[in-house]
Amino acid sequence: MERKQANHNRADAVFRLATGLCASMVFVIMLGILFELYRNSRLSIGQFGFRFLLSSAWNPVTDDFGALSSIFGTLVSTLIAMVLAVPLSLVIALFLVELAPPALSRPVGYAIELLAAIPSIIYGMWGLFVFAPFMSGYVQPALSDSFGFLPLFSGPPMGIGMLSAGIILALMILPYISAVMREVFSMVPAVVKESAFGMGATTWEVTYKVTVRYGLRGLLGASFLGLGRAIGETMAVTFVIGNDHRLGLSLFSPGNTIASTLANEFAEASAPIYLSSLMELGLILFLITFLIQMLAQVWLHRLQKGTGRA
Amino acid sequence: MNKRSKLARAMTDLAMRLVSSLAALVGILALSWIIYEVLDRGAGAMSLAFFTRLPTPPGIGGGGVANALVGTLAMVLLGGVIGVPIGMFAGVYLAEFGQKTRFGDYVRFATNVMMGIPSIIVGLFVYTLLVVSLGHFSGFAGAVSLAIIMIPIVARTTEDMLLLVPNPLRESALALGAPRWKVIVEILFRAAKAGLITGVILAIARVSGETAPLLFTALNSPFWMKSLGQPTANLTVTIFNYAMSPYRDWQKTAWGASLIIMAAVLFLNIVTRLTLREARK
Repeated sequence: MERKQANHNRADAVFRLATGLCASMVFVIMLGILFELYRNSRLSIGQFGFRFLLSSAWNPVTDDFGALSSIFGTLVSTLIAMVLAVPLSLVIALFLVELAPPALSRPVGYAIELLAAIPSIIYGMWGLFVFAPFMSGYVQPALSDSFGFLPLFSGPPMGIGMLSAGIILALMILPYISAVMREVFSMVPAVVKESAFGMGATTWEVTYKVTVRYGLRGLLGASFLGLGRAIGETMAVTFVIGNDHRLGLSLFSPGNTIASTLANEFAEASAPIYLSSLMELGLILFLITFLIQMLAQVWLHRLQKGTGRA
Repeated sequence: MNKRSKLARAMTDLAMRLVSSLAALVGILALSWIIYEVLDRGAGAMSLAFFTRLPTPPGIGGGGVANALVGTLAMVLLGGVIGVPIGMFAGVYLAEFGQKTRFGDYVRFATNVMMGIPSIIVGLFVYTLLVVSLGHFSGFAGAVSLAIIMIPIVARTTEDMLLLVPNPLRESALALGAPRWKVIVEILFRAAKAGLITGVILAIARVSGETAPLLFTALNSPFWMKSLGQPTANLTVTIFNYAMSPYRDWQKTAWGASLIIMAAVLFLNIVTRLTLREARK
């Protein structure tokens, strides 16, 4: 009997150790990525220093590299995506939680979730062969007719470019944001909403003045998560952004993002400094997404504490 | 309340109801548009040869993507074999041993961060780790990057599912004298079976559509896979290369491959959802 107990204890200790090792692997991989990216970008960091962040040069022939156009493209395409996706997700969540009858809300909610299941490369194919021609044929001419005096909407309507990439990104992050927003909406205690209804408020007034205010921090957290997704999205953007390293003010102009540059050029890069510059781009992207994730986590963690939910 | 007239308020409400219904419609339309185009354009590439033959140079018809199909399956399978056990064990640690410990908090944080890391970064990491050091691209490196993407997903769902199992079940098993590991493997896993399987299948669905982590690890190849020790053909990188080519028949092949990937991923998603609903009943 005692012997059996000892065996049990030993087996338990081994089991616990094995699970602990697997758990620590997640942590080790995260640190490993940081270390490897840093180690491989040392050459570029040493040669270009801080100028790398501020230079828009990208010339594999003269070995002169800078991250500015990639960072700019990443920020602009993400900004377009956020501007479109956040309000859209908000009203979709509103529709699903407050307005639609359950018989409608379930299939519609499921369809929106399926948008997240479609692989990035499918968005890329659709974006390049279907959506970009649609943009250059209908949307961009209409935009330049109405707002052509703004530098934002000037230039030839090529279809591919920042605007198309931003719109497709918006579609891709919409399900993530709206899923969290739905949860936030349904977290608002019914009593709070009912008292507003009792005062004679309309559905929209209850949403805008009660639900949104009550769940504001959760809504921001949801947006953060979408932001993290959009910033690192690779294949869909690579297909439609046009991969140009020049800086352009117009949303119609082609550009590049950190992720799209990596996808396009990494396999072809042969010079050590070229490879190292690409690695440094990867390091920058990693640090940005790391920071966003960290902020989102701390934010949502505080939120859960604040509302007393575990 | 403010002094605006009742009518204006009612109109605003109606307008916002309309806007929000329209927004939901936009989402559904986008989904249907994408699915329709992939079905429509991909169907043109479908034939028996598409599933059984090697790719052909542009201009010569009758080629297929059979090698890429095999390569993708092999890498996803190996990725799962590596990633699922590690992810599950990590999830077990988080749920059963690492609640309210500092180490558990660190791991949970790392898991969440890893779920949000762009998959192309994982590709870079595995490139430096397995491609540079071994001197060549390989399907094995591709499988490892897919595994790295799966681990945090599986770990999180495992943790969530195990936490759903009521505590009295653990306590009664332990009271009967069962060792901890037996309680977890034989009782908790069984109780959480439906959820665990769903998590694993969704993780597999997620990585089978991944392209970015394979670009610099598995690369691609026009030949049959002899082993995972060499560059390995796969559907997603094939789509990328062929779509970017100027040749019409290669682009058609890319649509065909897109249809296979999309159908597989959507099928896995819908089936798991249905089975989960069954299991909950």
